[in-house]
Amino acid sequence: MPRHLFRRDSDSGFLHPVSSEITTQSMYVQRRDWLKQMATGAAGLSLAAWASRDALAQAQSEAVAHPGKLAPLTGAISRVNGANTIEKITTYADASSYNNFYEFGTDKSDPAKYAHTLQTKPWSVEIEGLVKKPGRIDLEALLKVSPMEERIYRLRCVEGWSMVIPWVGYSLAELIKRVEPLGSAKYVEFITQADPKTMPGVRSRVLDWPYVEGLRMDEAMHPLTLLSFGMYGELLPNQNGAPVRLVVPWKYGFKSAKSLVKIRFVEKQPINSWGRSAPQEYGFYSNVNPNVDHPRWSQASERRIGEDGLFAKKRKTLMFNGYEAQVGQLYASMDLKKLY
Amino acid sequence: MVVVLRSALRRRSAKPALWLLCLLPFVWLVWGATHDALGANPAEYVIRATGDWTLRLLCVTLAVTPLRVMLGLPELAKLRRMFGLFTYFYVVLHLLCYSWLDMGFEWSEMAIDIAKRPFILVGFSAFVLLTPLALTSFNRAIRWLGAKRWQWLHRLVYVVAVLAVLHFFWMRAGKSNFAEVFVYASLLGLLLLFRLRGVVGFWSSGFTR
Repeated sequence: MPRHLFRRDSDSGFLHPVSSEITTQSMYVQRRDWLKQMATGAAGLSLAAWASRDALAQAQSEAVAHPGKLAPLTGAISRVNGANTIEKITTYADASSYNNFYEFGTDKSDPAKYAHTLQTKPWSVEIEGLVKKPGRIDLEALLKVSPMEERIYRLRCVEGWSMVIPWVGYSLAELIKRVEPLGSAKYVEFITQADPKTMPGVRSRVLDWPYVEGLRMDEAMHPLTLLSFGMYGELLPNQNGAPVRLVVPWKYGFKSAKSLVKIRFVEKQPINSWGRSAPQEYGFYSNVNPNVDHPRWSQASERRIGEDGLFAKKRKTLMFNGYEAQVGQLYASMDLKKLY
Repeated sequence: MVVVLRSALRRRSAKPALWLLCLLPFVWLVWGATHDALGANPAEYVIRATGDWTLRLLCVTLAVTPLRVMLGLPELAKLRRMFGLFTYFYVVLHLLCYSWLDMGFEWSEMAIDIAKRPFILVGFSAFVLLTPLALTSFNRAIRWLGAKRWQWLHRLVYVVAVLAVLHFFWMRAGKSNFAEVFVYASLLGLLLLFRLRGVVGFWSSGFTR
């Protein structure tokens, strides 16, 4: 319970709930009506669907309309716990036109305008550092490392907006197992494409290029951490990080590095680009956390793109972006206020 | 060039035309908001656009006197109040959009936000300081206050300009995106420098206020 919901009584020190926080009569009557309806079967249909999460995931997956813009890339529904949210999916138009990808400009409409110059063929990813099997993997081979899965994830940007996106890819863990990291590999560093010829933003000095991100080994090995090649049943559009990117759904969006060219296994915690640029604002972990504010704005709430109208109240941000049940134990003994 | 400008400014329609021009961004925002034309995040768009237009009109307002003096266009003087009031109009919209779209009119949350975050505090202070200027913008206020005191009060606009740029700078700081901040800062810097010419005495002595 947040502290501000209580006021301290000076006599006894007992914490009373503020009267506005007590459920009103009309509210609990409504709740009872709703429960009655559920019991009498008026909501039977949705209950039936609840009984079978698979059925619901199936329906959700079928609801993903393929935009017909790029080559298809489909995947089976993921069996990974938490990988199929049943929330309303953001439209493809919004998800592919409102992006932060500073290599193509700082405005969120810039990537969709300028990313067409990005060369994604040929493409390869270099595996280096503390692994038994380093080397260069062509995109074609990378696509075949593990069967494609469709995963519907929430995406929460550090700026306070969010989307729900159906990605296509497989757990990064599958690739990591193939390259056999050494015992000394404690972190994974992700290095992204930085070509001033095809990426106009790289000519500016907004950030140190190339853009670099990092994960602790257990985070990188977590089944929810996705190596993604597509979205909405098709290949990734350039502005969304084609041809291969990372998606870490319980962290702020900037942790999910786009257009990967190198994956490096290291012993020491890598310095990620935003952490280097403004360490007091962006930590290495950057887990979605409504209780730790960004210095310039609150992270307690967010605006869901395309869904919450202009005058709608923002929705509450969930701990670990709603993936606490899956990833909470990774941070069990950590002070997340310090290691934000 | 100056001759053309002078005859244009002397037309009776000059002021109403400029008035409409200043209102255009507002009309566009209302139209865009009701026609879903403001992109994926209309709330962010509206908050940023009203902030941008406040800064732009502040620049325009502060450019009136230097242009009037340098181009010898006394006709510009009668436009200054209108630009100043439009600056206030857009800052009120900016604050309203922040309070409504971002904070949902949760006053306690807003009070915490303003006190806790320097960039919000600085922006809010600029709004507060601009308020007495808007309130004393009519002719009778000059008589009530006396020209000297009125002029001193209205010099607050220079403090507002500095705070406004600082607010914009801080807002962009975490994203290291300073190109636009630099443009506004240099423009406002130049316009403030013009005011200092008398004090420091490095400007050509031909200009008088």
